[in-house]
Amino acid sequence: MKEKIIVKNLHKYFHDLEVLRGIDLTVTEGEVVCIIGPSGSGKSTMLRCLNRLEQATKGTIIVDDITITDKHVNINHVRENIGMVFQSFNLFSHLTVKKNITLAPVDLKKMSREEADETAMQLLNRVGLADKADSYPSQLSGGQKQRVAIARALAMKPDIMLFDEPTSALDPEMIGEVLQVMKQLAADGMTMVVVTHEMGFARDVADRVIFMADGVIVEEGPPNELFLNPKHQRTRDFLGCVLDHTAPPAEAAAD
Amino acid sequence: MDFSRVLSDATLLLLQGLKVTVIIAVISLLIGMVIGFVMCLFGMSRIWILRWISKIYIWIIRGTPMIVQAFIVYFGFPQLIGMFVPGFRLEAFSAGLITLSLNAGAYLAEIFRGGISAVDPGQVEAARSLGLSSARTMVKVVLPQAFRVAIPSMVNQFIITIKDTSILSVIGLADIVNKAKVYVGASYQFFATYTIVAVYYLIIISILMIVLKRVEKKMNYERKNNRKKPA
Repeated sequence: MKEKIIVKNLHKYFHDLEVLRGIDLTVTEGEVVCIIGPSGSGKSTMLRCLNRLEQATKGTIIVDDITITDKHVNINHVRENIGMVFQSFNLFSHLTVKKNITLAPVDLKKMSREEADETAMQLLNRVGLADKADSYPSQLSGGQKQRVAIARALAMKPDIMLFDEPTSALDPEMIGEVLQVMKQLAADGMTMVVVTHEMGFARDVADRVIFMADGVIVEEGPPNELFLNPKHQRTRDFLGCVLDHTAPPAEAAAD
Repeated sequence: MDFSRVLSDATLLLLQGLKVTVIIAVISLLIGMVIGFVMCLFGMSRIWILRWISKIYIWIIRGTPMIVQAFIVYFGFPQLIGMFVPGFRLEAFSAGLITLSLNAGAYLAEIFRGGISAVDPGQVEAARSLGLSSARTMVKVVLPQAFRVAIPSMVNQFIITIKDTSILSVIGLADIVNKAKVYVGASYQFFATYTIVAVYYLIIISILMIVLKRVEKKMNYERKNNRKKPA
C-alpha cells in the first residue's frame, strides 16, 4: 500500500509552549485513522500541520511524496488534494450551499461552471441535501452545515480528507447524520484522518486508533486492541473517563 | 422671516450651491473609497513601510480638524509648491476636493479594516484549505463579507462627508452654505435662508439613506448569525 502521509519527528511551538513534542506517523492509502485524546493534547494542531494551516516548528511532513514542510513547496497546490472539515463548519456565509461547493473548483479552474454545478448536485445528493442547494448556510441546521462542508471538501476530488472534531459542535441528534456520511466515505476507500471524541465511530470505522496526550502519541493500534486492551495507564484513564461518563475524571483527562 | 421672498429670490442661487455640494461630495467619496481601500490594504501589509504610511496618514487626518487641513491645502500647499513652481495656485474646488477626499479616505480605511477584521478567521481557513491563495481568499471570501459588515459605517461616513462640504465654504468653495452666506449678507433673511439650506441637506441625505437602505437589504441574505466559536 502506498504511503499517503508520512510525519517524522514533528514539533510545534506556540511561542514558548511546546504543543507537539515529536510525532511520528504514517497513513497509508485508503486507511482511516482516528485520533483521540484529552483537550490540549495537540491532536487538532497535529491535524492542522498536515495541510500547513499550522506551520511545523521542526520535523518533516510528506504528503503524496511532496515534502510540505519545505517552504518552497506550493502549498495551495498540495491543499487542493487534501480536503478539510472543521469543527465550526466554516461554510462561506455569503454564498448559497451550491456556490459554497463550486467556489474552489471553478476559481482554481479545475472544472467549468457547468461541470462544477453538476458535481455539486451529485455531492449534495450523496449527503442527502439536494433540496438545499439554493439555501444559505444560516438556514441550515448544524448537521446539515457539516454535511455541506464535507461535500464542499469533496468537490475538489481530494485523495485525503482531514476531519477536525467534525461532530463536536453538533447537537446530539445531528451527530449520526454526519457520521453516516463519513462512514460511507470510509467505505468508498477515502484516506481519512479524523480527530474525534466519537468513540463509537472510531471503534466501528477506524483501521487504526491513535491516542495522543501532552503532545505525543502515547499508544496506537487497531480499535479493538486499543479500546479493549490499552497498554498504558494514561490511555486506560482516558478511556475509563470517556466511555463511562459517570466515572470520576482522571486528573489530566478532564475535558 | 419671509420664506416666500427667500424662495423666490434665492432658490436659483442655492440650487447652484447645492449642485457644487453634491458634486464635490460624490467625487470625493469615490476618491476616498479608493484611498481608503488602498490604505486599508497597506495597513494589513507584510511590508512595514506600507503599514507605517497607512498608520501615519490615518493618524494625521483623524488627529487634526478638517478646517485646518483645508487651510493647509488651500493656502499652505500653493505657498510650499510655489517655491519650486512659481505662480502655482489651487482653486477652492480642487483644494476642497483634495481635503475632503483625504478626510473620507482615512475614515473609510478604518471602516474597511474593521469590516475585514470582523470576518471569522475560520472563513479564511476554509478557503485556504481548499487551495485558494491568500489573494483569491481575500477577493472571493473575505471582501464580500467585510463589505456587508461595513455598509452601515460607510453610510454614516457618506453622510458625514456630505455635511462636511459646508466647512469648505470658509476657503471659498461655492457650495450651498457659501451661497446662503452671500444672500444673507444682502437680505438679512437669516432664519428663512438657513432653514431652507437645512431642508436641502435633509432632502439630499434622506435620498441617500433610502437608496443605501435598499442596497443594504439586498445584501443582507444572512439574517441569523449563529456561528459557533471554534474551541
